Amino acid sequence: MAIREGKTFRYSNASIMSYASVVGKTESEGPYGDEFDEVIEDNKGGAETFEQAEGLFQQKALQRAMDKTALTADKMDLIFAGDLLNQCTGSSYGLKDFYIPFLGIFGACSTFAQGLLLAGAMVNAGYVDNAAAVTSSHFSSAERQFRFPLNYGGVRTPTAQWTATAAGAAIVAATQKPPFIRAATVGKIEDMGISDLNNMGAAMAGAAYDTILRHFRHMGTGVDSYDLIITGDLGQVGSDMLYELFKRDGIDIEKRHKDCGLLLYDREKQDVHAGGSGCGCSAAMMCGHFLKHVENGDLKRILYAATGALMSPTMVQQGGNIPGISHAVEICYK
Amino acid sequence: MDMFMEYVWAFIIGGLLCAVGQVLIDLTKLTPARILTSYVVAGVILGAIGVYEPLIELAGGGATVPLTGFGNLLAKGVREAVDENGLLGAFMGGFTSAAVGVSAAIFFGLIAALIFKPGTKINENP
Amino acid sequence: MNISNEEYGEIAKRVSPPSAMTKTIPMAFLIGGGICVLGEALLNMYAALGFSQDNSAALTSMTLIFLSALFTGLKLYDRIAQHAGAGTLVPITGFANSVVSPALDFKTEGFVLGLGAKMFTIAGPVLVYGISASIIYGIIYYIVKLF
Repeated sequence: MAIREGKTFRYSNASIMSYASVVGKTESEGPYGDEFDEVIEDNKGGAETFEQAEGLFQQKALQRAMDKTALTADKMDLIFAGDLLNQCTGSSYGLKDFYIPFLGIFGACSTFAQGLLLAGAMVNAGYVDNAAAVTSSHFSSAERQFRFPLNYGGVRTPTAQWTATAAGAAIVAATQKPPFIRAATVGKIEDMGISDLNNMGAAMAGAAYDTILRHFRHMGTGVDSYDLIITGDLGQVGSDMLYELFKRDGIDIEKRHKDCGLLLYDREKQDVHAGGSGCGCSAAMMCGHFLKHVENGDLKRILYAATGALMSPTMVQQGGNIPGISHAVEICYK
Repeated sequence: MDMFMEYVWAFIIGGLLCAVGQVLIDLTKLTPARILTSYVVAGVILGAIGVYEPLIELAGGGATVPLTGFGNLLAKGVREAVDENGLLGAFMGGFTSAAVGVSAAIFFGLIAALIFKPGTKINENP
Repeated sequence: MNISNEEYGEIAKRVSPPSAMTKTIPMAFLIGGGICVLGEALLNMYAALGFSQDNSAALTSMTLIFLSALFTGLKLYDRIAQHAGAGTLVPITGFANSVVSPALDFKTEGFVLGLGAKMFTIAGPVLVYGISASIIYGIIYYIVKLF
C-alpha cells in the first residue's frame, strides 16, 4: 500500500491573541507552578464531583483567556474543545454557559494541538474572526473512568503516567502580533502494537516521530530550524523512544526536545512515575509557559507536537492495541 | 518462646505470600484484580489437596490473613457441608464459610461510603 | 512508518524501566508480614477472651476488614499501598479495600446504581471464581467420597 504523505497546512493570518491556564494543587507544586494563571487548591473549586470540577477548569481557563482581551463570550465565534472523558463531558458541561458556537473534538492528549490547528484554519480561512481551543484533563475523573477507584490500593508500574489536573485555553484571531501559527501537520493513526495500558508513552512515540518527520519534509526544515520541539506527554519512556527512533535516521532530536509530561511535575519529589499526561498537560504547559516565550521573542520558532493515545478500555480488554496520534503545530515569533 | 515463634512464622509466611504477589505484579503485569482472584482460587486448590491446613498450624495469621486463607476457608466450608449434606453441600459450604468476611466487607464498606467523602489520591513520592 | 511493530516493541521494551524490585519486594514482604502479625495478635486476643478457634478467626477477619474500611475512608489505605504494593493487596484487608473504595468513589452516582452497584466491580471476580472453584471442589470431593 502506498503511504499517504498528507499535507502540511500553511497559515498566513492566524495568531494566538490570548491564552490562559488553570491547574490543580499537585501541578502548582511542580517546577512551573508559578507560571499558571490560576491554581485550584482543592482540585474541585467548589464543584461537587470531579467531573463537574473538570468542566470548571475549562470554564475558568477560557474566561481568563477572554479577560486578557476585549472579547466577551457574545463576541466569540467558535470553540474547539475536548477532554478525555466519555462524551467530552468536561468540555460540553463546562463550556455550556458561555453559549458560544461549539465543536467538541477528541484526540486524547493531542487534543490541544488539534484545537489550535483547527482554530487557526478557521481563522485563516476567514470563516470566523476568532476561535478558541480549550482542553482539560483531571487526574481524579480520568482515574475513575480509565483505571481504578481513587482510594483503591492498586499499584502503578514505573512506566505509568500521571494524568494532569489542568486546563488550557487559547484564542486564535487574525491579530498581527506573536505568537503566530505558521504551519500545522495533521497526524495519522499509528498502531505500533503496544497494548500495555500502563505504557502510553511507548504507544505514542511512533506517531510523534512520523508527524515530526513529515512536518520537517514538507517545510524543508530539520531539528536545527527550531528553537524547541515540544512533544505533548510522551513521558520518560516515550521521549527515550522518540530519541531512539530519530537516532535510526541519524538525527539527534534530544538537544532541542522538551516534553510537557516531563516538565509539569518534579519527578524527583512527586510520585508521577514516567511523567504527566492528559489533554490538560501540554495545554497548561503551552498556555502557562511556552507561548509566553514565543510572544516575547525568547523563542523564535517552535514545533509543538502534542501526542495522544487513542485508547479504548473496551478494545484493550478485547485484546486490541493502543493506537497513537500526534498533531504538529508550528508557532513562531514572526 | 513458643508464642514468639508463632509471630515470627506468621510474619515470614504472610510476608512471603505477599512477596510472591509482588513478584507477579512486577514481572507479569497481572492487574491487582487478577492477583486477588488467583490467590483465592489458589487457596481453594491448596485447601482441597490438604496443604493449607498444616500451613495454618505453623503460621496462624500468616496463612489465614492472606487471600489464599480465604480460599482455603471456602474449601473447608464446602468439605464440611458435603460431609453433612451430600452433593447439595457443594453449593452451601462456600457461602457459609465466606459469610463473615463478605458480610463484613459489604457492611463496613457501606458504612464507610456513607460516612466519608470521596476524595482523590494524594501524590507523594514513595 | 519505516519500522516494524516487532522492532518498535523491542525498543519499547529496552527503554521501559523495570519495577524497582529490590525495593518493592522487601516492602511487600515487610508490610504484608506486618498485617499478618497483626492478624495473629488478634487471633490470640480473641482466643484469650474465650472465643472458639473458628469464631476467633472470623472475628479477626472482621476486625481487619473494619480497619481496612476505616483506613480506606480516611484515604490512608492507598497511601500505604503506594509503598506496600502487594503487601496491602494480598491480605484480606486488600479485599476489603477493593470493596470499600469503589463504594466510596461511586457514591456520587447515587446510592443504588453508584455505591450499591459498583461495590463489587473489583472484588466481584474474587467471589465468582472463588465460590465456583469451591463448588467444583465440593462436587469432586463428593464423587471421590462415593468410592
